[in-house]
Formats: sequence, C-alpha cells, structure tokens
Amino acid sequence: MKPRFVLRADDPWWRGPALVALAALVTFVVTAALIRWSGGNPIAAFRYMFINPLQSRFGFTESILSATPLVFTGAAVAIAFRAGYWNIGAEGQLLAGTIGATWFGLHADSLPSVVAVPGILVAGAICGAAWSLVPALLRARLGIDEVVTTLLLNPVALLVITGLLNGPWRNSETGFPDSDVIAKSAMMPVVWPDTRVHLGLAFGVVVTLMCWWFVGRMTGGLKLRAVGLAPGAARIAGLHVERTLLSTAVVSGGIAGMGGASEIAGVAHQLTIGISSGFGYTGVIVATLAALSFVGSLVVALMLGIINVGSFSASRALSIPSTMGEVIQSVLLITVVAALVIQKYRIVWKRGDA
Amino acid sequence: MIDVIVDLVAATLRIGTPLLLAALGEIITERSGVLNLGIEGIMYSSAFSGIAAASYTGSLWIGLLVAVGTGLVAGFILAFLTVTLGVNQHVAGLGLTLFLISTSNTVNRILFTSEGGQARVDPWSSIGFGGPIFDQYVFTYGTLFVGAPLVWWIVWRSGFGLRVRAVGENPEAADVAGIQVARTRYQAILLGTVFMSLAGAFITLAYVGQFTINIINGRGWVAVALVIFGRWNVGRCIVGAAIFSLVNAGQLQLRLVPAFADIPFELLLALPFLAVIVGLAVSGRNVPYPGSYLKPYRRL
Amino acid sequence: MKSSPTPSIWLKDIRKVYGATVALDGVTLELRPAEVHALLGENGAGKTTLMKTLFGLTQPDSGHIEVGGVATRLASPRHARAAGIGMVTQHFSLVKTMTVAENLALAEAGLVRVDLAKARSTAEDAPSRYGLEVPADALVAELPVALQQRVEILKALAAGCRYLILDEPTAVLGPKDVDSLLGVIERLRDQESMSIVLISHKMREVERVADRVSVLRRGAVVASTTAKGMTTKELVALMVGGDGGEPVARAATRAKDGAAVALALRGVSVKRVRGGLAEVSFEVREGEILGVAGVSGNGQSELVDVLSGTLRADSGQLEVAGSVIANATPSALLAAGVGMLGEDRHASAVHHLAVVENLVLDQLQSVTHLGHLNRGAMARRCEAAIKEFEIKATPDQHLGTLSGGNMQKVLLARLFGRAPRAAIVSQPTRGLDVASTRYVRSLIAGARDDGTAVVLVSEDLDEVLELADRVAVMYRGQVVGIVRATEVSREKLGEMMAGVSA
Repeated sequence: MKPRFVLRADDPWWRGPALVALAALVTFVVTAALIRWSGGNPIAAFRYMFINPLQSRFGFTESILSATPLVFTGAAVAIAFRAGYWNIGAEGQLLAGTIGATWFGLHADSLPSVVAVPGILVAGAICGAAWSLVPALLRARLGIDEVVTTLLLNPVALLVITGLLNGPWRNSETGFPDSDVIAKSAMMPVVWPDTRVHLGLAFGVVVTLMCWWFVGRMTGGLKLRAVGLAPGAARIAGLHVERTLLSTAVVSGGIAGMGGASEIAGVAHQLTIGISSGFGYTGVIVATLAALSFVGSLVVALMLGIINVGSFSASRALSIPSTMGEVIQSVLLITVVAALVIQKYRIVWKRGDA
Repeated sequence: MIDVIVDLVAATLRIGTPLLLAALGEIITERSGVLNLGIEGIMYSSAFSGIAAASYTGSLWIGLLVAVGTGLVAGFILAFLTVTLGVNQHVAGLGLTLFLISTSNTVNRILFTSEGGQARVDPWSSIGFGGPIFDQYVFTYGTLFVGAPLVWWIVWRSGFGLRVRAVGENPEAADVAGIQVARTRYQAILLGTVFMSLAGAFITLAYVGQFTINIINGRGWVAVALVIFGRWNVGRCIVGAAIFSLVNAGQLQLRLVPAFADIPFELLLALPFLAVIVGLAVSGRNVPYPGSYLKPYRRL
Repeated sequence: MKSSPTPSIWLKDIRKVYGATVALDGVTLELRPAEVHALLGENGAGKTTLMKTLFGLTQPDSGHIEVGGVATRLASPRHARAAGIGMVTQHFSLVKTMTVAENLALAEAGLVRVDLAKARSTAEDAPSRYGLEVPADALVAELPVALQQRVEILKALAAGCRYLILDEPTAVLGPKDVDSLLGVIERLRDQESMSIVLISHKMREVERVADRVSVLRRGAVVASTTAKGMTTKELVALMVGGDGGEPVARAATRAKDGAAVALALRGVSVKRVRGGLAEVSFEVREGEILGVAGVSGNGQSELVDVLSGTLRADSGQLEVAGSVIANATPSALLAAGVGMLGEDRHASAVHHLAVVENLVLDQLQSVTHLGHLNRGAMARRCEAAIKEFEIKATPDQHLGTLSGGNMQKVLLARLFGRAPRAAIVSQPTRGLDVASTRYVRSLIAGARDDGTAVVLVSEDLDEVLELADRVAVMYRGQVVGIVRATEVSREKLGEMMAGVSA
C-alpha cells in the first residue's frame, strides 16, 4: 500500500491553524516522554514553560528579552528565504555583528549616547553584512550553493571570537576570556523600568516591520518575491535575479549582525564566548514556523522567548535539563513543516502499484 | 623535520577518519538525489548514544550498535520528511540536526552531568605497533581499506548502486524502468546514516573516549562540502578529506613553530573551514549535481 | 523466429481530460501485428497522451484497452512491459551519466548483481538480430542522439516487447540515420512480426514504411485508412485537412506596405550540437503578423529564446526600430518595446503571485512611485485588463489557480497591454479550448491592427494561415522561405515544413 499525494484543490482558512495545532499536540506528546525520563512531571513542566513566564512581570519581560535576538535573526532568515537564498549562516553573521559592536563599544568612550547607540548597531550590521558577502558573491557570480558556504562560516565566526577573547580582547582586569565592558554611552538604555528589556527590541521590531513593508509594498519587495517564487519567470520578465539574490543576502547578514550588536549593547555589555546560544539557527526555526511572514515571526519569536525562559525556570524548579526548551523548539519545527505538507496535499492510500 | 612530517601524516589519518566516513555516507544519500543536512546531528547523537550505551553496559561494541541504531532512527525520520512528505530538504535536515543535538545534550544532562559525571569510557586504542604513521585505530584502517572501497563498489558496481544513481539522475527514467524511486531513496538515506553514525561513534568510542558539548563542531557540514567538492566520487572525496585533515593537522603543528606562535591559534583552527570554502569556489562552477538533487519525486 | 501469433491491441473509446481541457475524446484504434501504424496530427492533438495511456504512464478516465480481446489494465510501465508494450519517447528515459550496458541492465538489476554480461551480449547480438549497432560500454551522455535512440529502442526490444511505440523518432535524426532507423523498423515488422506505432510528421518516412495511417485532431480520430500506395501529397492533405489545392480565402489585411520595420534579425546563428539556428534573417513591419511555421524542433524554440533575450546568439544582430540591440537581455528588449509570450505559459507565470502582480511584473517602473508599488494604479490596470481581455479571475487570485486559458489571457494582457512595438508569441493556443483559442487569435489580430509587429510561432497551420500576413517556414534551424499568406497554399506550406524541397 503506497500513499499518493494529491494536490488539494481547496484552501479553507481553518486547515492551516488546525494542522499547526495538531503538530503542537504531537510535539507535546514527544517531549513529554523525554521530560518524564528526566524525572519531571510533563504537565508541571509545560506549565512552567508556557504559562509561568506569563504570570509574572519578570517572566514576561525576560521572555521579551530572550526573544529580542530572535526577532532579528527571524527577520534575517525570513527575508533571505523569501528570495530563495538559503541563508543558514545567520549564526555566523550575528557573531560577526557582535565583533563589530564590541570593537565599536570599546572605542566609544568619547561619543555621546545619541551617536553611540545607533553607531553600535550600524557597526554590527556592517560586520554581519560583510560576513554574508563572500557566500553571496559565490552564489551570484559562480552559482555556488550558498547552503554549505554560509554554514561553514558559522564555526569560523566563533573561532574568530575565541581568538580575540583569548588574545587582544582578553579582559584587562580579570584576565578571563571575555572582553572589557563597552563604553557606557554605547549601552542601550532600558525601556521598561526595572527590567532588562532594552531599546534593541524596538530596533528589532522596527527592522522587522521595515522588512514587512519592503516585501509587501515596495517594488523591490515584489521583485524579491518573484525571484524567490519563480526565478525563471522573473528572468523572462526582465528582473535581475542574481542582483536581487546578492542584495538580499547582504541585507539579511546585516540584520543578523544588528541582532548581535543588540545583544552586546543591550544585555551582555561585553563579548563572551557564549554570547550566542544558537540565535542564528533558532532564527531558521522562527522564520519557518512563521511561514516566512514578518509579522508572524514577531509572534513566534516571542513564543520561543517564552519557551526559553520557561524551560530555564522549569529546569531550576523541576530539575529538568534546560536544554529541553531547544528540544521542544526543534520538534515543533519538524512537526509543523510536516503538517504544512498535509495542508497542501491530501494523502490517498492506493492499493498496489500505482 | 621528518618528525614533523610523520606527525602530520599520522594526525591527518586520525582526523580524516570521521570526516571520510561521514562523507562516504553522504555520497550514497546524495547520489539518490537527497541532501541530508541532518548529518551534523546524526554524528552528534551517534557519538553521544554510543558512548552513553558503552558507559552503561561496559561494552564498546554495544555502544557501537546503539550508535548505529540511533543513526538509523534519525535517518528514517529524515527520509519520511523528505521522500514521503516532500518537505524542503534544507529545513528538514537542519531541524533534524537541531533536534538531535538538543536531545543528546538533554539526555546527557539527565544521565551524566546532572550527577556530576561525564560519559566516559576506556576507548578503543590504536593497533599499537607500526610506528607513528601506522599506529592508527582499526577504524581508520577499516575506513580506508574497507569502507571507501565498499562504498565505491556499492555505488558503482552493485545493482543497488545502479538503481540509486538512476534515481538520483533521472527518477522518471528509473520509474519507467520499474524501479521504486521512494524505496530506493529510503535505502540510500538509511545506508548513509550508518556511515555517519560510525563517524560519530569513532570520535567518542575511539578517538577521545568521552563526550563533550559541541564535540562535532561543524565537521558534519564539512563533510557535506567535501561531497560537493568531491563531485560525489569516492576518490575525490578522499582527496578532499585529506586536504582538510592535513590543513587541520597542520595548524596543530604550526602552533609549535616559533614564527607562527604569534598568530592566534583560533585563526589557524579556522583555516580548514576556509580551505573548504576556497576549494568549493575554485572547483565549484558547473558542478554536476545529481539530476534530481533536492527534488521530491511525484508521479503525476 | 516466430513464436505464437501476436494478438491485436484495441484502444476503445479512450477519454482523458486534464482539468478543463479534453486531451482525448473517445479514441478507438487498432494495432495489428506485423504492421506499421502511423499516427499523425499536430502538437496538442493528443498523440502523446494516447500513447502514454498505452504505456501505462497515465490512466484513461474512461474507455479500455484490449490485448488479444482481453481488457487489460495498464497501471504502470511495468504492466505495459509485461503485456509486451515498449515505448521510445521523445525525451529518452535514459540515465545519461551511466553507460549503455548499465542502462540496459537497469530494469532487471538485483540488489548486488548487475547483469552487465547479459546486457553486453544483448548489445552484441543487436546488429545481427535487429540491425541495431550500439557501443555497450560508452557513456550515454557522450553518444550522439541517433545512437542514444538506438539504445532506447534496444531497451524496449530486450524486454521482449511485441508492440513498439515510437514517438517522433526521426525528429532528431539526420537523413542517413533516418534511413537506417526506417530500415530497422521494416526489419522489426517483417522479421519479428512486431506491431509498430509510428508517431511522425515526416511525410516521406510515413510514406515509406507505414501500412496504415490514423490522424488525430483535437483528441479525436478524424481519419484512419491504409497508407499503402498513398503519396506524400495525399498524406499531407490528410493531415492538414481541407482540400489541399487552393489558396485559403482570407480577409484583406490592413498592413500598410510602407510601414516601418519594427523588428529585424540579421544573420542570427546559434551553434548547437543538434538544433540551433543557422543564419536566420527576416524583418517584421509595424502592423504586420509574421507567422513562423514549421514542424516542432526545427529551431523555433531557439528563435523565440533569442528574440526574448534568454538565449544569446553566437553571431548576427537583432534590431529594433532600426537600432541594433547590443546586449539582448530580457530587460533590454522589454525596454526597447519587445515583449514575449512563451510556449510554456507556466515558465512565464509566477503561480503564487496574484494576477494583479503578474500583470505588471515586466513593467514595474511604470507603477512605482518613490520606490513603492502604486497599488491603485496596479488595481486600475488590472480591472481594465480583466474587462478588456475577458479574464475570468479576480485581481488577487493566485495565478496558479487560473485555468490554462485564463492564465494565457493574463500573460497576453501583460504583453499587449503595454502596446509593444513588437510581440513574439509562441504556441499561443496550445492546450486551450475552442472558445479561448478563438479569443486569443482575435486578440493577436487586434494587436496587429493597433500597429504592433507580431512574430507568431505556431505548429498549428490553421492558426498561422488565419492570422499571418506573411509566413516564414523553418526547417533545420533555417528559414527556408518567406511567402505571403495569401499567395501560398496549405499543401505547399506543409511540404516546406516537411522538408520536401520546392
């Protein structure tokens, strides 16, 4: 008995959300097993992960804080994927952004805040864009698959950071491999009093909305979408496919880099080896779960931020490993993409060989 | 000087073993038209499950078996997503990698580190004779003299390999010839994961003897790049793996040379990755991707 | 040599519908042993679809197939092969990166053993048994097309087929190879008593080997008779219909003789191993339709690609309104006022974008204001196009959900809506129903009346003769003649198309 996939003719509004809900259910069941094994109560664990953060101001604002870098990387990945440019290097681009931001921050003592804060973000963006340039050029000029090239530059970026922190940027006071604290003027102000939520979030949301505006309303955005959906038809219509890919890749890298700068300037205030806990890869999850929509990625980023905070508190309260949050996120990704296929195709079980 | 070269060659062989094993597995998979980006996660989870099982049972062989079993389960998930459902292969593979890595880290926490322990075994040792160059692990000899020729034979001489290549090049033609495209791809993926699992298991069960976070560190991605660089040929992949491993081993040596001591060693660590990118750029134009690469097959 | 007598195959009342298009409309046909049955008809008539049902590649919606009087369900190529049916398609189903022997051994390859020895001996026996020579260990990709075709044929023969379907086998062959192929066909019929279905446009070849002829037009059999003794003229008449001799009466064209030359090709060549273009030159004036007639595969696709900028010519020049276009990219040509409607509408359509967005995709500057899309202008243009071109769609509908005819209308609206200086239109009514076909043709004529220079590339001779002012006939990448539509007969055109010298 072999399943045949028949393209569905209809597209009712309820099918997508219903399938996503089904995917979420499967995710819960799968991760519940793992939670049980770790000695925790799944129901209690899920309560910590999803409900708990929303029940206190601290939990909620920490969730927003955790979501902030994901807002940037989600948008970066979404805009690249929309153009058909498979940028899996957002992690490295974000890390490159942290390097640029740290350099700027360490030299920004004499600058007033009003210059330093945007400046640090720009420094991060430029470095992220530069990190994206080589794979982008290889793709645009030589047609070399960007998946592998962007992927390989991720560990390289981490190595550069490690090298800097063990070398010239080693902490001048403690001697540990983390950088000196950046200049006060470059630090991002907190926007929610008594919390750690910083201005970076605002920038992230603005950048995401700019992407949304660009792709939805500007001519360049229509070109981007056409190139991503049907490059052959776009070429026939006179659009410059390679040029679009190149500029999109660079912008994507810049956004990811800005996300790195936001982490430095808003939260960490110094560069450490663990500055990124996979924000770039999680960006792929954010973008995919949001079906590559920008407004959706804001929601998904917040959701993942909640899960991050929740799993951390669950780990302390229930002694469940804190990595459980990542497990949930990745299982959710797999089940949702599978469910979305079923949204488009009906499965017909045919007897025999057909 | 001779010592340096000898050490270099010896290190190259050691470092290249998991890389080549993983690349061999990816060759089989991609020859059927499927990109398996789960390779990094499969190596990682096999490395972990192998040593976990070995640590609990005291038997390295059981560990090896468990490692391969883990890989097969992962491969089945990938095959179901990409071949049966036709999900975008980049997303499916990456999602699988993230899942496998986070799950492995979680189980590691549960079983070992939460109690202050670590997955550790008395690893397989090298054969113990033959001088620096020839004193390698059985795994290494196995990979070079059994694994690589075996994969070559499978892909190029066996009936299975013929079917895999047909499916990878022209699934419509294969279909017309009566070959079951989906089943062949499943088989190619699963067989590939066996090699990838072995690669991961080698690292924990033989090379290092313990499990640490980030133990694979991007070598799965390097294997994918090597397969493209090697144009899906076993011989060229061996060359590519040798070059990467040589550069990797070289940077270890370079650090000892006074003239290079000032260069931060991380830059040298990055050299191998950069070398792969350069290799792709140089040879990368008009690479003969398998005809059905990344394309799910549906008979209309 | 001869085993048990081969039974006839009957296709009875086969119907196949794709969406709104009727591909096969109740076709009944008999295939007898030891006979070559030629199947004629223009592209889109349903020949390939019919053969696909015979080979199990697709299932008929109704009707059935009888092998020796027994209704047989051919659910897949494997079933067809089991019933003794073999097929050589236009696009070979060979794995190019494998050798001939490996391709021959593919169908029976086990897990471990590949019986290359058997494949090689099949290849070695082939010359004496079938008159086919194939190099067993050569890589298929390195073989010339004629040899690749022989491998395809041998593949079918080696599987023991009694019925062999050949889909336009000589379209890709030179005269000498055609001769040897025809010899093979005759040998298979006479010595092996095989039943051969030959789909072909080449009248000479049909005349030489066919025992019976059936003509398909728009999914139905319009004639089926013995071919023995028919001349090429009679065959052509059968295929193009109508009475062959007289010029077609046409409405007087409105093309002004003194109109300026809108588009010109001068000595354009594209070098290809097979196909390509050879020194193509012609001029098209404003308010004129130049029809390009020819059997599929004689350079028309390359011509369209050059005129649309997606293929760079190796030599020669393209001129628009007298000025040479140095770097003929799609955007340069569009800027110069040259638009294109390709033969595969799905290759020009972005299925997941809305109608309103597809409509302006090649002229975005005209709806851009300060970098933003002027949605109001786009909507207005879309409403106007929907009304003017009678498109059954809403502006925000995804283009991919439209029927073929409506999708074509959108692309035509895009093309003609900007009142281009020149328009290249290729196979505009392929796969369309009668109403859409009529409409599209009137659109093209209307554009001509408005002053656009139109190059109409079509394999449908009716279409060319109805619309064109002048007709250029392509044969083997060359323009073998340009004639006034009013001064040429259908039969004469058919002969030029078929390579029959004047």
